[in-house]
Amino acid sequence: MRHILSVLLENESGALARVVGLFAQRGYNIDSLTVAATEDPTISRLTLVTRGDDQVIEQITKQLHKLIEVVKLADLSESAHIERELMMVKVKTTAEQREEVKRCADIFRGQIIDITANTYTIQVVGTSDKLEAFIEALSGIQILETVRSGVSGISRGERTLSL
Amino acid sequence: MTSQNTQPELLSGGAMLIRALADEGVEYVYGYPGGAVLHIYDAMFQQHQVKHVLVRHEQAATHMADAYARASGKAGVVLVTSGPGATNAVTGIATAYMDSIPMVVICGQVMSHLIGDDAFQETDMLGISRPIVKHNMSVRRPEDIPYLVKKAFYIAQSGRPGPVVLDIPKDMTIPSQKFPYEYPKEIKLRSYNPNAKGHPGQIKKALTTLLAAKKPVLYAGGGVILGQASDELTLLARKLNLPVTNTLMGLGAYPASDPQFIGMLGMHGSYEANQVMHNADVIFAVGARFDDRVTNATKKFCPNATIIHIDIDPASISKTINAHIPIVGLVKPVLQEMLHQLEKNQGELDQDALGQWWQQIQQWREVHGGRYDSSASHLKPQAVIEAVHRHTKGDAYVTSDVGQHQMFAAQYYKFDKPNRWINSGGLGTMGFGLPAAMGVKLHYPDAEVVCVTGEGSIQMNIQELSTCKQYGLNVKIINLNNGYLGMVKQWQDMNYDSRYSSSYMDSLPDFVKLAEAYGHVGIRVTKAEELEPALERAFALKDKLVFLDIHVDPTEHVYPMQIPGGAMNEMFLSKTERT
Ligand SMILES: Cc1ncc(C[n+]2csc(CCOP(=O)(O)OP(=O)(O)O)c2C)c(N)n1
Ligand SMILES: [Mg+2]
Repeated sequence: MRHILSVLLENESGALARVVGLFAQRGYNIDSLTVAATEDPTISRLTLVTRGDDQVIEQITKQLHKLIEVVKLADLSESAHIERELMMVKVKTTAEQREEVKRCADIFRGQIIDITANTYTIQVVGTSDKLEAFIEALSGIQILETVRSGVSGISRGERTLSL
Repeated sequence: MTSQNTQPELLSGGAMLIRALADEGVEYVYGYPGGAVLHIYDAMFQQHQVKHVLVRHEQAATHMADAYARASGKAGVVLVTSGPGATNAVTGIATAYMDSIPMVVICGQVMSHLIGDDAFQETDMLGISRPIVKHNMSVRRPEDIPYLVKKAFYIAQSGRPGPVVLDIPKDMTIPSQKFPYEYPKEIKLRSYNPNAKGHPGQIKKALTTLLAAKKPVLYAGGGVILGQASDELTLLARKLNLPVTNTLMGLGAYPASDPQFIGMLGMHGSYEANQVMHNADVIFAVGARFDDRVTNATKKFCPNATIIHIDIDPASISKTINAHIPIVGLVKPVLQEMLHQLEKNQGELDQDALGQWWQQIQQWREVHGGRYDSSASHLKPQAVIEAVHRHTKGDAYVTSDVGQHQMFAAQYYKFDKPNRWINSGGLGTMGFGLPAAMGVKLHYPDAEVVCVTGEGSIQMNIQELSTCKQYGLNVKIINLNNGYLGMVKQWQDMNYDSRYSSSYMDSLPDFVKLAEAYGHVGIRVTKAEELEPALERAFALKDKLVFLDIHVDPTEHVYPMQIPGGAMNEMFLSKTERT
């Protein structure tokens, strides 16, 4: 099962290394990881996508909790939540392909954010599934580069993860 | 304590560090100097509150600090230089980590501006130690030193204890740069709250379950000793008429001479302890972590048991074995609450069922009963431990190394008190025993301190005989010399048709002469009849370190031994018998 863990972390050097090290040490997977400071500069928020059965996820959350710098954490996938990932794709486009690429980007509510004589760079935002579907949809087009931000997530409704 | 007046004293980083240790109540620091910590050593030299013990290898410093912590319950302190000093400490840090031992390790580091340049004696000690510490920190500003020292002790000693590394770049301790010193009284961290007392509802549920049990067992581990809860545990076990087994780390948590004690459990546990566990209907686990050396195959583990598990570390609960009634909390307050609730509502024990259970246990006790072949012409290691127990009236601090001798010590030295049995259970570190004995002896000079070791293990830190001489650490070394890496040989006998691949200790030194060369007394024992007079003499020599080189049967194996891949109660009982 795929889980999205959201972690509030003391914004201190070494804290992130400890989180990442924990996953390596104990043989847990990281599918994606994003981290940045929050509105409170002493706190970072880290979103981590991992996989495992219930017992593994329980161990992961408990082990994360044990890290001294971890202030709070939640498994977003346990309740209603919104997840977003940003992707930028640079594709090679011949004159004939341009329309098709543009149409495809529109369908996925993507934006063309850079353009040269031979390339388009498209930005798409959505769930990881949607980003994968977009890549699928570009099947006839030569992809030069993709960059994904990793998943960020937040609970729906009034529920929050904050101090 | 030092700076209650209005003007805080001005101290250098090095002096602040030492003063903070003094304010923390630290009496001894174990360590070894080098370039990155010279300012600190100079500050140490200029005061008399904190004393320094110079070991001969940094690993020994960590084991000394660790054993002091195991015996006293307070964090031990280590001071080493950067680079090789720090890396030499790694085994000792990992040893403490695996057994949840509070320890503060202060490592020198190259100057801040050189970090990352592969400077002389630079290693990334924060990176190296990260997976084997409870926490680690580095000093960025000298004025933070008092706070960071306090924080290090707080983290090391609270909750589930563990080692904390404090990395100090050399420029943080420059003698000419002084700062106002104030030692914090208390530390609060928003991200760390270690004082769980246990959920009252869960505690009640646990009690109800125990009162209704027909075949209960209390399985108590090192957490009871770390949590200083032996008295509460003993009282509760008696009130509930529970058979009690201790893990290797928990020996002494419940008195071994008590009739309710059924021995150690697990790989080399007693026949009865492993049977009781396997057949129990309720397992009451206290400060124990269902380690693989206890459970044998987890799929076959105790099929009929409802499991109650008290632990301060939620990650230890349901990690390998699912707990039906988890209680997250410090062992002592949780047991106190159980005793309290028991007092309030006198529930009825099922005396009939318990009577039958004890009858069954009695029968199991008779099956193996810790027997060994005492008629053999060779001196048996088990007999040596029994004799040591007699000579020390069961009241010694016993440290051990790792191997067969360790298991014999665990099985045959009947520990009646907590904090007396000091061994590396989790990491299994050969070389632990001698420095551990030294750490205990330094703090308890009047106590009898015995190191049970093997000719393999003792050579991993034998240089410390020199430290013993310098500080008058008159421990008694019981070298169960079987001429083999015995535990390795036992596995080779059982699984590799006795092909002794590198398990034979060739070219052993003359340990008697070696002890003498270091200024100690050496006694060799090669025959059974020499044992008693040798022990007599050794323990009479109060102000001498005595190295007893005792030649024991090289063919002996440790039994019982769980059959790998089996259930708890599947065991070899001797070379020819199995369950
Ligand atoms: C540092 C270290 N290296 C290797 C081992 C693996 N090991 C476990 S027991 C053992 C043999 C110990 O021999 P000895 O000290 O003579 O004890 P004996 O088993 O003979 O009583 C070895 C090599 C270990 N536990 N620690
Ligand atoms: Mg040996």
